[in-house]
Amino acid sequence: MWEPKLKYCTRLDGRQTYDYRSIKISFGTDYGCCFVDLGKTRIMAQVSCELITPKENRPNEGLIFFNIELSPMASPAFEMGRQSELLVKLNRQLERCLRNSKCIDTESLCVVSGEKVWQIRVDVHLLNHDGNLMDAASIAAIAALCHFRRPDVGIQGEEVTVYSTEERDPIPLSIYHMPICVSFSFFQQGTYLLVDPCEREERVMDGLLMIAMNKHREICSIQSSGGIMLLKDQVLRCSKIASVKVSEITELINKALENDKKARKTGGKFGFAESLPQERITALKTDVSHVEMSDVKEKANEIVQRAEVPPQTVPSPVLTAPGTGQVGEGLENSWGLKEEEEEEEEDETVELKMELEEGHEEKGRGNYLPKFCFPWVSETDSPGPRSVCAVFYGHSLQDSTE
Amino acid sequence: MPSSLSVQMTTQISYVKSPRQSSSFLFTSTMDVCASSSPTLREFGCEQNLLSRPDGSSSFVQGDTSVLAGVYGPAEVKVSKEIYDRATLEVVMQPKVGLPGVRERAREQCVRETCEASLLSTLHPRSSLTLVLQVVHDDGSLLSCFLNSACMALMDAGLPMSCLFAGVTCAIDTDGQVITDPNAAQEKESRALMTFAIDSTERRVMMSSTRGSFTVHELQQCIAVSQKASDKIFQFYRDSVRRRYSKTL
Repeated sequence: MWEPKLKYCTRLDGRQTYDYRSIKISFGTDYGCCFVDLGKTRIMAQVSCELITPKENRPNEGLIFFNIELSPMASPAFEMGRQSELLVKLNRQLERCLRNSKCIDTESLCVVSGEKVWQIRVDVHLLNHDGNLMDAASIAAIAALCHFRRPDVGIQGEEVTVYSTEERDPIPLSIYHMPICVSFSFFQQGTYLLVDPCEREERVMDGLLMIAMNKHREICSIQSSGGIMLLKDQVLRCSKIASVKVSEITELINKALENDKKARKTGGKFGFAESLPQERITALKTDVSHVEMSDVKEKANEIVQRAEVPPQTVPSPVLTAPGTGQVGEGLENSWGLKEEEEEEEEDETVELKMELEEGHEEKGRGNYLPKFCFPWVSETDSPGPRSVCAVFYGHSLQDSTE
Repeated sequence: MPSSLSVQMTTQISYVKSPRQSSSFLFTSTMDVCASSSPTLREFGCEQNLLSRPDGSSSFVQGDTSVLAGVYGPAEVKVSKEIYDRATLEVVMQPKVGLPGVRERAREQCVRETCEASLLSTLHPRSSLTLVLQVVHDDGSLLSCFLNSACMALMDAGLPMSCLFAGVTCAIDTDGQVITDPNAAQEKESRALMTFAIDSTERRVMMSSTRGSFTVHELQQCIAVSQKASDKIFQFYRDSVRRRYSKTL
């Protein structure tokens, strides 16, 4: 009978072989926002929806889109915009766990068959990486989906009306079952087994077995990675452990959903702001405070009075050569226009370039005549005029004067 | 003489290294802005050191708007990004839904320039400082929430700074009233929305980002109100730090 030999082995944080770290589930202010803390691993999931046209081969079904983001906050190894292997692996596993198991009724997401269906988008943000990202991500995703409410839709003949939250209460999604992933890490070619590895344990493990199960003891997905060889009874034993864990976690999710529902119903405060722990020394909260405005008007008046007189208004554009306009005067035109204008007669783009204070430049691209509207006339620090040059390419003088 | 001229623009002015009173808006205005009811700051809260991996982390909550910030640094920098005499600061902003777009990039720039003006980056040449900001819930005044959480995270990471900074958002509603720390509904109906980063040593404006039309007089009023409001925020920083080190010092 295979049994993990762990007599002389203790985990870094004092847990036993089959122990999970403490899981904390909380919800945000808007529907579909869920935070999961698995020990120190912290994950946030947000569900949103929008109406789109369905796929051609499945006109009656809505779509679900999963997106896991490895925030650079979670670990110094994660960089923005880099499609790492870990990210692809996590995304794929979450999709298999939630989409292929058909835990959400996609047909109920159909509004008008073949034209408009709901697309549910699940964004999972990893905030702190302390191991076992897959479990935490699956818990967060399924809890957020259970928490989410989509807007109510009314169909009258040809007309479809989407009601906002104020007009009609939003409707929850219809979810058949809640698949949850449980991860097992193996060490020394399958001799030792640990449930819920933390980040350091993950770094030294040989292989990982991930079982996605729901509380009805149905396996939704199994994935073994790392190239370890597992015996049949090892896998069966793991699935038994997984079923126990999954039922515990499902109960936890349901309790958290209940608490949140109660808080919203009684009008109590809910959301991330409320879950800020008060008894900790690193947290502080203040109440609504008033801002003194007694002498503000006098102060503002004073500053405006002390300010300098604005410069004169800008003169109207001057046409120095065919195809050129100039606003402002003084500086010599160094564009060498006579030669350029002949060469670029084919070009049809028009560029208006205005130089503003402190080299703050603004470029506007318009079709024929740019409008000479100045957002603001600035104070010039240096003495010396500012001149603006507008060069028109490829237009005759006739067009540009209008 | 121009009478009430209104200024229509979207500006992002960052005063790096030379914060000064923005008295460069010169049109005199005869418009009067009424300020009968006093503006309020929503209740705010902060938690520091809540994530184990980043060197510094903070979560800042203003009413219902909450933001999570994480700081890594000083750390090794890529050769392509290194600066020979100072640290390279990189700000990454993550929206809740979807990929980051232009709006996030614009806000990143605002936050980055404020941080660069206050950090003593010359103490860590050829290093990188990474600041990651995550939107947890947006209920108005998002940019000022970013600034406040960034400052607390930098403090938590122990990075040397020449001054602290606080972000304050002011909105001018259709009646001409000044509202500080507006929520999302108030922001939507406002005529103008302004965010200022105020420094702690001399209460000067470090960064301003505005949207909408307003007069010069209104702008100066909003700056003055923001400076008053920043007093509360700096007092809050002080209280948080005092509370945090109350057991050790």
